[in-house]
Amino acid sequence: MLNVKDLVVNYGAIQAVKKVSFNIQQGEIVTLIGANGAGKSTILHTISGIMRPVSGEVTYLDHPIQKTAAPKIVQAGISQVPEGRHIFPGLSVQENLQMGAFLRKDRAHLSQAYEDVYQYFPVLKQRLNQDAATLSGGEQQMLAMGRALMARPKLMLLDEPSMGLAPLFINEIFEIIQAINQAGTTVLLIEQNAKKALSIADRGYVLAAGEVKLHGTGQELLTNSAVQKAYLGG
Amino acid sequence: MQTIGQQLINGLSLGSIYALLALGYTMVYGIIKLINFAHGDIYMLGAFWGYFVINKLHFNFLFAMLSAMLFCALVGVIIEYFAYRPLRKSPRITALITAIGVSFLLENGMTYFFTANTRNFPQAIQTVTYHLGGIQISNIQLLILGTACLLMLLLELIIKRTKMGKAMRAVSVDPEAAQLVGININHTISFTFALGSAMAGAAGVLIGLYYNSIDPLMGMTPGIKAFVAAVIGGIGSVPGASLGGFLIGLLETAVQAVGLSAYKDAVVYFVLIVILLVLPAGIFGKKTKEKV
Ligand SMILES: Nc1ncnc2c1ncn2[C@@H]1O[C@H](COP(=O)(O)OP(=O)(O)O)[C@@H](O)[C@H]1O
Ligand SMILES: [Mg+2]
Repeated sequence: MLNVKDLVVNYGAIQAVKKVSFNIQQGEIVTLIGANGAGKSTILHTISGIMRPVSGEVTYLDHPIQKTAAPKIVQAGISQVPEGRHIFPGLSVQENLQMGAFLRKDRAHLSQAYEDVYQYFPVLKQRLNQDAATLSGGEQQMLAMGRALMARPKLMLLDEPSMGLAPLFINEIFEIIQAINQAGTTVLLIEQNAKKALSIADRGYVLAAGEVKLHGTGQELLTNSAVQKAYLGG
Repeated sequence: MQTIGQQLINGLSLGSIYALLALGYTMVYGIIKLINFAHGDIYMLGAFWGYFVINKLHFNFLFAMLSAMLFCALVGVIIEYFAYRPLRKSPRITALITAIGVSFLLENGMTYFFTANTRNFPQAIQTVTYHLGGIQISNIQLLILGTACLLMLLLELIIKRTKMGKAMRAVSVDPEAAQLVGININHTISFTFALGSAMAGAAGVLIGLYYNSIDPLMGMTPGIKAFVAAVIGGIGSVPGASLGGFLIGLLETAVQAVGLSAYKDAVVYFVLIVILLVLPAGIFGKKTKEKV
């Protein structure tokens, strides 16, 4: 479904991503794990079209998209839940969700999208008119995910959804990610919480200093001794 | 008591012009963090447009104002496209200097083509003065106040209720996240310039009618005062800009009423300094805190 080939991305003179290749098949949960600064968010920003690669290719459903503008990529079915949530403060919960469906014109689709979001995140339905900035961190994460779902994506990119959340929320978020996947959305999950990410992922890639060091199924990586040492606390 | 009432009317009329102008400053600042120094000149262009269509094409006042709004909206969009958009990623000071350059270009361009002469704005509406318990109020003043309030209400509805208005707010608070949901930043910024410039165009025609005279440099002082109004209200805040505009209008009229006309501009800046010392972010300015 998504094929990233020899991707190189720079910030000025700093090379953040060095010839990274990976792929995602329809229906999978694929995770990219790696330490802070490994280049994970940069890869997602490049897929979403808000950064341009120096070289390499991003192919989505057999079309190259590395030069496509961000709104077109959302329209094509790729939605991102950015690191740090980035909900819109000053807009209500409902307005945030509405912005998630910015490109959707069809009303039937829209009401179905709201229903889906309320089903995954019932708490949002109770907070519709509240300023999104007043939500707790966990609720903001749910809103950010709900907002991305409003576009009814085929591929959802999640950048560290568990960051800074209480363990209870983390479990809930991971369950919902699995439910979203089971309902037919392909998921690219980025995590520092490698253990949890690998345990729900079909496949994983280990990234360090802008390069893919290892890849395998979730189970293989969970039991790999190098991965255990570096990312799973022994 | 009567003079106070009278000054209140005069101050609110003038203030509504500043408020209309201040809205443009605050919206543009909110979305691209640029102080659009050319904004006062768009107001001047609006006044000249009104002058020409009333004199030459015999438009009535309403059509003159609506067409001035459209014309200014277009000018605002063009200025953004050619002058500011290429500098979107440059340091802010570069865009600021460019804005000052655009302002000079408009002022000197208009002076070059139409001379620096002051012209009499056509009396598209016959002035009628009403006497209410010793207070004089003209139909023009009522028209200015009414139109300004109506436009502000309309703007508030656009920003709060429409999809584009919500997109404007989304881009203002988080342009990157806005792109990630599929909002086209360029369209949204153009839309913001169009709205702000349309308000300035309306203000230009209204002031022409009120003061009867227009010239190519007429936008300079009101432009700066409206900017002060936007800062006092809390730059980026729409209700703040309206309130700030009315405050400056009232203040200026009050200073004149007590016989200190020569100091009216100085007083405006003095109040700006005091307010910024007490409320650094302005009256409605927000002190944002990150939530974890
Ligand atoms: N805006 C930026 N400007 C310059 N360098 C950046 C910027 N954002 C990230 N980097 C650098 O790029 C590298 C990869 O960052 P990032 O993709 O955010 O990593 P991760 O998401 O894996 O933590 C890091 O070395 C980081 O310092
Ligand atoms: Mg990151």
